Amino acid sequence: MPVLIKGGRVIDPGNIDEIVDILIKDGKISEIKEQGSEIGGQRSEVRGQGAEIRIIDASGKIVTPGLIDMHVHLREPGHEYKETIESGCLSAAYGGFTAICPMPNTNPVNDNGQLTEYIFKKAVIADTVRVYPVAAISKGLNGKSLCEYGELKEAGAIALSDDGNPVSNSQLMRRAMEYAKGFSMLIISHCEDLDLAANGVVNEGSVATNMGLAGIPNAAESIMVMRDIALCELTGSRLHIAHVSTKESVQAIRNAKKRGVKVTAETAPHYFTLTEDAVKGYNTNAKMNPPLRSSQDREAILEGLADGTIDVIATDHAPHSYIEKEVEFDKAANGIIGLETSVSLSLKLVRDGVISLTGIVEKMSTNPAKILGLDIGIKTGRPADITIFDPDLSYKIDSGKFQSFSRNTPFNGWDMKGKAVLTMVGGKVVFEK
Amino acid sequence: MRFTKKNILDMESLSVDEINFILDTADRMKEISIRPIKKVPALRGKTVILFFYEPSTRTRISFDIAAKRLSADSLSISTASSSIVKGETLADTARNFEAMNPDVIVLRHSSAGTAHLLAGLVKSSVINAGDGMHAHPTQALLDLMTVREKKGKISGLHIAIIGDISHSRVARSNITGFTKMGAEVVIAGPPTMIPKGIETLGASVSYNVDEAIRNADVIMMLRIQKERQESFLFPTEREYSKVYGLTKERVENARSNVLIMHPGPVNRGVEMAYEVVDGPYSIIFDQVTNGVAVRMALLYLVSGGARNAGAD
Repeated sequence: MPVLIKGGRVIDPGNIDEIVDILIKDGKISEIKEQGSEIGGQRSEVRGQGAEIRIIDASGKIVTPGLIDMHVHLREPGHEYKETIESGCLSAAYGGFTAICPMPNTNPVNDNGQLTEYIFKKAVIADTVRVYPVAAISKGLNGKSLCEYGELKEAGAIALSDDGNPVSNSQLMRRAMEYAKGFSMLIISHCEDLDLAANGVVNEGSVATNMGLAGIPNAAESIMVMRDIALCELTGSRLHIAHVSTKESVQAIRNAKKRGVKVTAETAPHYFTLTEDAVKGYNTNAKMNPPLRSSQDREAILEGLADGTIDVIATDHAPHSYIEKEVEFDKAANGIIGLETSVSLSLKLVRDGVISLTGIVEKMSTNPAKILGLDIGIKTGRPADITIFDPDLSYKIDSGKFQSFSRNTPFNGWDMKGKAVLTMVGGKVVFEK
Repeated sequence: MRFTKKNILDMESLSVDEINFILDTADRMKEISIRPIKKVPALRGKTVILFFYEPSTRTRISFDIAAKRLSADSLSISTASSSIVKGETLADTARNFEAMNPDVIVLRHSSAGTAHLLAGLVKSSVINAGDGMHAHPTQALLDLMTVREKKGKISGLHIAIIGDISHSRVARSNITGFTKMGAEVVIAGPPTMIPKGIETLGASVSYNVDEAIRNADVIMMLRIQKERQESFLFPTEREYSKVYGLTKERVENARSNVLIMHPGPVNRGVEMAYEVVDGPYSIIFDQVTNGVAVRMALLYLVSGGARNAGAD
C-alpha cells in the first residue's frame, strides 16, 4: 500500500530541510512535494487503480533518512540468551534505526564468508531493519593472522573490525589497512593498549581510587588512536575509530583531520551523557570498555561532536543478561545496551545547544551512510528508509519494555524528551508508536 | 546514642559520633577477653556467618573469637569449601544464606564493592571484613581504637602511612577514618604505588619516607607483596627496603614517643626491619588484641545489642 507522510519537517542534510509531503510507492520514495500541493493527484491516480493509501500525519515531527547504528553487538550466534539477530533488529526498529552493523565478536567469530551469510539469512528472516555485518580483521579476533577479506567482501561484509579486542600488533594493523584497501573496505579500530589498560575496570582517577577499583588511564586509548592515525597516514587507507571516550583521542583525531588524514570517528551516547560518577555504588550497568571518563573528557567529546571531529553517534549496543551483571564489579561484563535510548539521549544535545537537529541527523544517518558507502537520503527513487521522531514527546525510559532481550542500561527511569515514533524500512513500517 | 547502622561497609558511611560510639563500646568489650571465663551471653541465639572468599587468618579468627565471646553461633566458610568452586555466583550464595536466616554475615572478598552488593541482597547485617582494594573498616576501627588508647586522642595527631597505597584497602579506610576523626594523614611510597586522586580522601602525598615520618605521631607500614614486581611497581625487595622500608635508623630519627603499626602479616626485613617489629615503639600486637574488641563491639551493635540491652 502506498504511504503518504504528511506535514513533517523533513531534514536530510545537504539536500532538504523543509515541511514537505513524501509519497512512498513500491518501497521507494516516489514523490516529494510541498505541503498541500498536488500530491493529491497521485492519490486519485492510486485510488483509480483500486488501491488504498495510508496517510501518516507527521505534523510537528521530524522526518529523516533512516538512522544507522554502525556499532552494535547482536549475540547470535553464541549467546542467544542475551540477544538474537531478530531481537536486536526489533530493538533497533523501536529505537528509530533502519540499519545496524553488528560487530563480529560472536561465537563463532564472524571471520568467514559462511558466517557473514548466516547473519544475512537470519536478518532476512527477522525482516525488520537492514543488517550490514562487520567482519573480523584477524582470524578468531586473535590478532595473529588476516581474515580472507576477498571472501568476506563477496559475502557482503561492510567493514572490518576486531572490536572488543584491539589489534595490538602494529605490523598486522598496517597490513590489514593495506590489504583492506584493495577491496575498498573500511577498518574500524577498537583502540586500546592492553598492557596499559592492564586489569583496569573503570576510568583511572579519584573515583577509581576511592572505590578501590583498578583504573584505565586515558592514554590506554589515545596511544592506540595515535598509532592507528600514523598507520592510516602510512598506508593511505581509510580508518574509523570506534567509541572515542577521551579528550586526548578527540585532539588526536582533530589534528589528523586537519592534516587531511582519512580518519573518521564515532562516540556513544553514554560518553557524552555520563561520567565516571555513574559507576559509584558499584553500578555494573555503568561498566563498559572504554570506561566512562571524567567530566573534562565528556566536555571534549561534546566539543568534538560540535566541531565535526566526531562524525558519528553509534551506540555500541552490548547486551548482557543479569547473570553477567549481578556480580562482583570487576567480574561484570563490559557494555550496555543503547539502541532504544540513543535517539532520546542524542536529542538532548539539541536542547542543550551542543548540536543542531541537522547535526544529529548527520551523525546518526548521513555520516554513517557516507562512511559505510550506503546510498540513502530523502530523494525520489531511493528506498524508503525513513525515521520519524517527535522532539517534544516526554516519557520515562522503562527498560522492562525494551525489545532487546537484555536490560543492562544505566538510563532506566530517566525522564526523556524526544523519541523515535516511526521507523520505515523499504517502505514497510517496522515500528510505530 | 542509639546505634542504628545495619551494615558496616566502609568508613565513609560512619559518622564521627558512630565511630566514637563503636570505640567506646569496644573499650568496654576489651575487658571480657581478660576474664577467666571469656564469654558473655549478649548474642546468644544469634547466628553469624563468616564468609571468606579470600585467604585470611587474623581477621577470620578475630571475628570468630569475637562472636564466640558474645555467645553467638558462628560458622566459617571459605571459598574452597563453598559452592563457589561449583560455579555458584556470590548473589546466589547470598540468597541461600538468607534462606537460613543468619543475623550477621561477615564478608571478606577479593573484589571491591562486594560488601555493598551483598548488603543489597540480604536482610541480615553485613560487616565488610575487607573487599578488594576498597575498604577494611574493622581494621581502621581497631587502628583508631589502638591509637586512641595509647595517645588518649586522635584529633590533631600526625599519621604517616607508608607503602603500597594503591593496592591497600587498609590505607583507604585508615585515611578516611583518621582524617574524619581530626588527624592529619600523610601517605608515602614510590610514585608507582600512590594512586591518582588519593588526596581527595583527605591525605597529603609524599614520595620521601624520611620527610613523611619526621613529624609523625604514628607510623603505619603496609605489607609489600612480592608479586607487585611483576607489574613493575618496584624493582627488588632489596631496593624497596632501603628506600621505603622502616629501618632502625629511620625509627631513631622519628619522634621519641612514636607509635609503629602494621596491619599484618609483616614481611620482616622488607617493609620493616626485624628489630623494629619487636622494638619498643611497635604496637602491632596491641592492634591484634583490640581487633577482637572492635569486632565484638560491631557484632553486638549491628545485631541490635545496644537497643536490646538499652546501653547508653
